Amino acid sequence: MSGPTLARGLNAFKEQIDAPTASFFSSCVHCGMCAEACLFFTETRDPKYTPIYKLEPLRKVWWQEYTFWGKLASTVGLSKPVTDAELTEWETLVYDSCTMCGRCTMVCPVGNDITYMIRKMREGMAASGHAPPGLIGATQRAVTIGSPMGVKYPALEAQIRHTEEEIGFSIPVDVVGADYLCTLSSMEIMNFPEYIGAIARIFHETGVSWTISSEAFEATNSGIQIGVSEIAAVLVERIVKAAEKLKVKAVISPECGHAYMAIRWEGPNLIGRPYSFKVVHILEVLDELRKAGKLRTTGKESRRLTYHDPCQISRRGGVYEQPRNLLKMVAENFVEMPDTGIMNWCCGAGGGVSANERAEVLKMKAFKRKKAQLDAVAPDALVTACANCRIQLEEGLEENHMDIPVISLTETIAEHLAGETHPEARPS
Amino acid sequence: MKTDQTLGERLRQQGISRRGFLKFCAATASLLALPPGMVPVIAAALEKARRPSVIWLSFQECTGCTESLTRSDAASVEDLIFNTISLDYHHTLQAASGTGAEDARESAMKENWGKYVLVVDGSIPTANPGYSTIAGISNVDMLMEAAAGAAAIVAIGSCASFGGIPHARPNPTGAVSVSDLIKDKPIINVSGCPPIPVVITGVLTHFLTFGIPELDELHRPKAFYGKSIHDRCYRRPFYDKGLFAESFDDEGAKKGWCLYKLGCKGPTTYNACATTKWNQGTSFPIQSGHPCLGCSEPDFWDAGGFYHALSIPTGDTAQTVLYGAAAGVGAGVALGALYRAGKAHAVHQHEKVTINDLEKGG
Amino acid sequence: MTETEFLLWVRGPAFQIATVIFVVGSIVRILEIMILGRKPNLAEARGSAVAGGLRTIITRSWPDRGTFKRSAVTLVSGYVFHAGLFVTILLFAPHILVIDEVLGISWPALPTPLVDATTVITIIALVVVLLHRIKDPVLRFLSRFQDYFVWFLTILPVITGYVAFHRIGLPPPTLIAIHILSVELLMIAFPFTKLAHAFTLFISRWYNGAIAGYRGVNS
Repeated sequence: MSGPTLARGLNAFKEQIDAPTASFFSSCVHCGMCAEACLFFTETRDPKYTPIYKLEPLRKVWWQEYTFWGKLASTVGLSKPVTDAELTEWETLVYDSCTMCGRCTMVCPVGNDITYMIRKMREGMAASGHAPPGLIGATQRAVTIGSPMGVKYPALEAQIRHTEEEIGFSIPVDVVGADYLCTLSSMEIMNFPEYIGAIARIFHETGVSWTISSEAFEATNSGIQIGVSEIAAVLVERIVKAAEKLKVKAVISPECGHAYMAIRWEGPNLIGRPYSFKVVHILEVLDELRKAGKLRTTGKESRRLTYHDPCQISRRGGVYEQPRNLLKMVAENFVEMPDTGIMNWCCGAGGGVSANERAEVLKMKAFKRKKAQLDAVAPDALVTACANCRIQLEEGLEENHMDIPVISLTETIAEHLAGETHPEARPS
Repeated sequence: MKTDQTLGERLRQQGISRRGFLKFCAATASLLALPPGMVPVIAAALEKARRPSVIWLSFQECTGCTESLTRSDAASVEDLIFNTISLDYHHTLQAASGTGAEDARESAMKENWGKYVLVVDGSIPTANPGYSTIAGISNVDMLMEAAAGAAAIVAIGSCASFGGIPHARPNPTGAVSVSDLIKDKPIINVSGCPPIPVVITGVLTHFLTFGIPELDELHRPKAFYGKSIHDRCYRRPFYDKGLFAESFDDEGAKKGWCLYKLGCKGPTTYNACATTKWNQGTSFPIQSGHPCLGCSEPDFWDAGGFYHALSIPTGDTAQTVLYGAAAGVGAGVALGALYRAGKAHAVHQHEKVTINDLEKGG
Repeated sequence: MTETEFLLWVRGPAFQIATVIFVVGSIVRILEIMILGRKPNLAEARGSAVAGGLRTIITRSWPDRGTFKRSAVTLVSGYVFHAGLFVTILLFAPHILVIDEVLGISWPALPTPLVDATTVITIIALVVVLLHRIKDPVLRFLSRFQDYFVWFLTILPVITGYVAFHRIGLPPPTLIAIHILSVELLMIAFPFTKLAHAFTLFISRWYNGAIAGYRGVNS
């Protein structure tokens, strides 16, 4: 292990560039529309946050390595290689001011998938030592301890016991042959443990066979946030091993954005082989139960509710209809935000930004975009399905003196569960 | 043919009434697009005009320009002109021949040295002076000598103005125009292959009355060469509507549609054909259904073909594209292979990144 | 060189050279992109990548309302000049003739006065594009020499075409030659500058739609 070097970084850029990347760089006409799609630009008006600009070092490498004139120019010395100083300058652009939310990708008129390229560029940034310290720490903890927040199984076990007392029945752990393996995010375990109770009650009521794995409970993946595929693969492999060991039919990704992206979409490509099981988001499971008529609810929320689409689940993940189907079951006053569904705005904290203390101020500035949406809708409560979004939204609302509770969709469903099996276990 | 009679005296002698004379002056004024107020000026000038000596030299020509000249309108007008100038030398029209003709020329030049009008038709060969001679004198020599004593030179026809047919590729005789050889005398180019009859006479009349008319950058009188055929063509509405004849006897041709697609050079040709027309205003090529050749422009013989529209590339583009595509595929595949090799090398060079490789200096 | 000789050179050898460079350059650019390839996706598909790719090629031309409001000047001026170029290049009789000669296909032309008016509108739109690029902070920040140079190469044929059509200033054969020459410059620059987006955008939109479609998202 030689440690991070510029050479490793540039080498990673070179490896990562593929046909789509080359096509995107060839097509960019510098129209600047991606800037108006990015909340980091719209809330700061600083042109350096223009999404395509964040990729400039990667573009240079593409030009120098994979185009005729570029290769000629760099061979004869007319084009200088990317320097370490440049990568240092770009660190805050690639990490602090980008959550890989994917809005720029939706807007580019020539069809560039800028998010796709940011993910690739992070491989080189990390390999050359230009990842943010906060994120490096989280990644190291994720690999060595098993959780970016340093949560070990005993802490989870304590939450499980506590929950079992509340709900009155046991939560399955390490059950071989269960249908579903449930993973959790450290954020949920530590800050929103009600989620565990919620899914336990729903599965109990609907007769779903599930389990948690004591060896692989962490759903989040710092590897894809920092952008190091081999580390991301290590983290995914843990879940895969547990799923195979427990012979489950499917793995459930919890209310966490990038966890779904990691296990559902990147996972098989990281480990180099397809899964022998399915991967679903908790909202997909709940919606299937609803469609099958197994999930029954009672009563409706009368408060004015709106839904924040977590980027990695909705736009990047494809799970945007299910939350609305579920919300309609339990809400009589649901309104969409302006710019909703797959065009909803990021909360500002995904993609590793929340683990990056350096980005704190910028992250709060970016929140103003969500604030503007909320000002337009004026809801009584804000529903979402990602624990990281929840923290950011709560923080942002507090800083802006807005009194809007942020609630989890799964927990809301659980609150309205029409249960006959254990009526005494329902909270009042 | 020499006389000291003024034109006015000569006309009265011939029984041309004042009225008839003024009618001619009015016709000339309108032909030159001059206001009616100019008619008395023309009349006064012509009245007093002493018949200037005109020497007409024919070099490498087909005699078409002379033929055109003699077709100019009603005979009486031409009579006027030929009685108003002293045409002291003209191969086709003169009665004399041999040494008699050459003596006439030489004495006319000597007597009117510095004052005679030199008219030239045909190009001048320079590759070998022997290609065209008159009485053993090469065209070049005769031109240089005659030009030296001329007050002005009128180059009639595209050959004299620009080199014309002999000048067309590969120009075996080294044909050049009058302007190519004479640099120190005023030259009026009356181009066309041939020029329109009344244009020839109109220019001469203007010159006699007012001197050299306003000329364009090719030294052609703007009165006749100031507008393009395209700008005065009666078929222009069809061009603007995009209605073109595709072949010589199709529906469009029969309906009189624009001939642009059949190679009409109207847009880049400057002449009076569309307004003045030919044969006393009977018709002109486009009206007869044939695209304009552009015969009053330089190098019209080498302008890419009479039946190819102006804007068309002249090479075999289909073939170029085919060869280019083949070359492109070859180059692209080669470069692609090079890039893939480079990428494979980078993949090969990849050292697995662990958590210990993330922090600089640690 | 006489006017006619200049026009013949521009219509002749120069056009062939420009065509070769354009064809070779464009094919090389496309192959340079495609040969790099893409790793197959081992994740289980939710939707169709092919349907997504085809869909996005078309739908990406129609921005959503919010996006339009935020980038109205860019979109309007951009669409106007692109539409203008389409009309002036492909619906003008003399141009259709060139295409007919070179490719053997033709179609009806628009009346010339309409094309003439469109040319003026196109020039205005292009000027707006430049002013916007100079004044808008993001565009000014992003723009390099190439962006301004390509703008110049794009407007040059429009202006020289207008001037040639109206025969302003120089003799018509020279004006036509200058116009054709300006198009040849554009052809030469095409494959090596952002002008290549004219064909690579289909590839980019395809990939964009395919990647999203695989996940069940209409991008």
